Amino acid sequence: MSHDTLARPTKTDEPRRVRASAPRRRRHWTRRANPVAGLGAFVWLVIVLIPIYAMLSASLTSADKALTGNPLKPPTDPTLDNYNTVLTTGFGHLLSNTAIVAVSVVGIVLALSIPLAYVAVRTRDRWSNAAFRLFLLGVAIPAQAVVVPLYLLIAKLDLYDTLLAVILPTAAFAMPVSVLVLVGTLRDVSEDLYEAMALDGASPLRMLFQLTIPLAKGGISTVVIFSALQAWNGFLFPLIFTQSDEPRVLTLGLFNYVSQFGVNIPAVLASVVLSGIPIFAVYLVARRALVGGLMGVGGK
Amino acid sequence: MTVTVEKPPTARKRPAHRASRAGRPHAAWALPGVLFFTFFAVVPMALALYLSFTSWDGLGDPRPVGLDNWKKLLDDPRMTQSLWLTVVLTVASWAFQTVVALLLGVWAAGRQRNRAILSAVFFVPFLLSSTAIAILFYALLDPNFGIIQKDTLGSQSGAFLAIVFVGGWQFIPFHTLIYQGGARQIPDVLYQAAAIDGAGRYRQFFSITLPQLRHTITTSTVLMVVGSLTYFETVLILTKGGPGTDTAILPYLMYEAGFKTYDFGYASAIASFLVLAATGLSLVLVRLTGFGGMRSTREGM
Repeated sequence: MSHDTLARPTKTDEPRRVRASAPRRRRHWTRRANPVAGLGAFVWLVIVLIPIYAMLSASLTSADKALTGNPLKPPTDPTLDNYNTVLTTGFGHLLSNTAIVAVSVVGIVLALSIPLAYVAVRTRDRWSNAAFRLFLLGVAIPAQAVVVPLYLLIAKLDLYDTLLAVILPTAAFAMPVSVLVLVGTLRDVSEDLYEAMALDGASPLRMLFQLTIPLAKGGISTVVIFSALQAWNGFLFPLIFTQSDEPRVLTLGLFNYVSQFGVNIPAVLASVVLSGIPIFAVYLVARRALVGGLMGVGGK
Repeated sequence: MTVTVEKPPTARKRPAHRASRAGRPHAAWALPGVLFFTFFAVVPMALALYLSFTSWDGLGDPRPVGLDNWKKLLDDPRMTQSLWLTVVLTVASWAFQTVVALLLGVWAAGRQRNRAILSAVFFVPFLLSSTAIAILFYALLDPNFGIIQKDTLGSQSGAFLAIVFVGGWQFIPFHTLIYQGGARQIPDVLYQAAAIDGAGRYRQFFSITLPQLRHTITTSTVLMVVGSLTYFETVLILTKGGPGTDTAILPYLMYEAGFKTYDFGYASAIASFLVLAATGLSLVLVRLTGFGGMRSTREGM
């Protein structure tokens, strides 16, 4: 992982690069060191790192020692006992349930959002505009506000206490942002390419698979990561739509560990660390897609 | 040429029309997505409104009770307190997150050394779930175990500040990224011209950066306002609405009414109120900031 992935030139950087040999300066305000901003960034770095450090350090401390020491002190004799405790109390089951939810949510979101965005960009008639506007409004619907009626719907569908009860609403609430990201990306596909394919007699379906999807990989990966993140970290839907051990997901498991382990804070923190590892691994691999996709939000 | 000859006669009749529509998918392709979203998001919204006029304990069928729940809503002192708390929490979180994220974002849009690696670290809290973060800070604020050996969560101001801080710790990375994207799109010429005119860095920040970022600020603010409802998890785990009811924000009050006391009608009234308030506030914000181009911003997402 090269450390300057974030600094990778964006589209607007390209011409600047060409000009770099010219004596002209780049941004006046970024060339000079900015000690005040640098100091502020450093302070925030400390604020970000202290809790993470305290968590890692405490998770390696044995339970009986944890209550006596300050969590900022490094553990005197580190132990993996806490991780062992967590892993032997059904963590694998929680992990696989969460993975099932995340994969299903991503699958549903992609299968439904891509044709939608494709229609919104390519077919600009009344109906496709209306469909697009529905999702614009959808961004403002807070999931919190509809859990009660969703609970009624889930119960009527006989889905209560199943993984589907988590998957379906999570996918629905991941759709608005996904559609908007995809519409933004698909719009960049040149009309000329479509016309060229149309001359070859390609059907809309073929254009979608051979032209649009390959060219929209960036937007699609943003959607994949974003909806996977939402599914992985979702708490409210699992809390309200499931109750037994069978369909329990990671976040709810963490919530239960708090009461289950009681004062054994190191074990609780070990479970928090474990829950973060998979998503952190994904982040290391796909940071550019995630960061680039989200950065576009503020750009326009 | 051969292609033209082989085309069916209908194709020749309306060549212009055909060229513009060739290979366009039918609008019906959007139907599965629209139906799915309608069923699991739009219908429940309407259903929430309906349920707010009923009495329902989660078993049996909802029984219409007219305006009872809404009357109760207006008379409930907990509701008044909760509404006020929600507003104060949203404003405090907005101020904290906007200031930090704006400064960090503008800084990160530059080209300092080590900036890239720092930005990557900054982002880490956003990856953890609200649940994990709430549990982490619950442990770190524990009076016996934690960093601050005081009962922070036991006092009203302590619990309130903890929620604002924890929310900021989690969401500032996200908003920093939004501001970073916004700042990157400010044209260089503006700064070059200002520099020629002798404007210093701070002058440039207030006269160029800030005005140029106004749309970004709106986007980020709308997301923060809607997002402040997701503090539910933080409140549930960190303070359980306490001490007393001192941190019981609206989503938490709704959760208690519905899933603790099984008064789903009342919970639905609170939920409907939430939707109305969140949507109304977003619209007002968009108007007030003179930002009619909501659509184009949203399209950029």
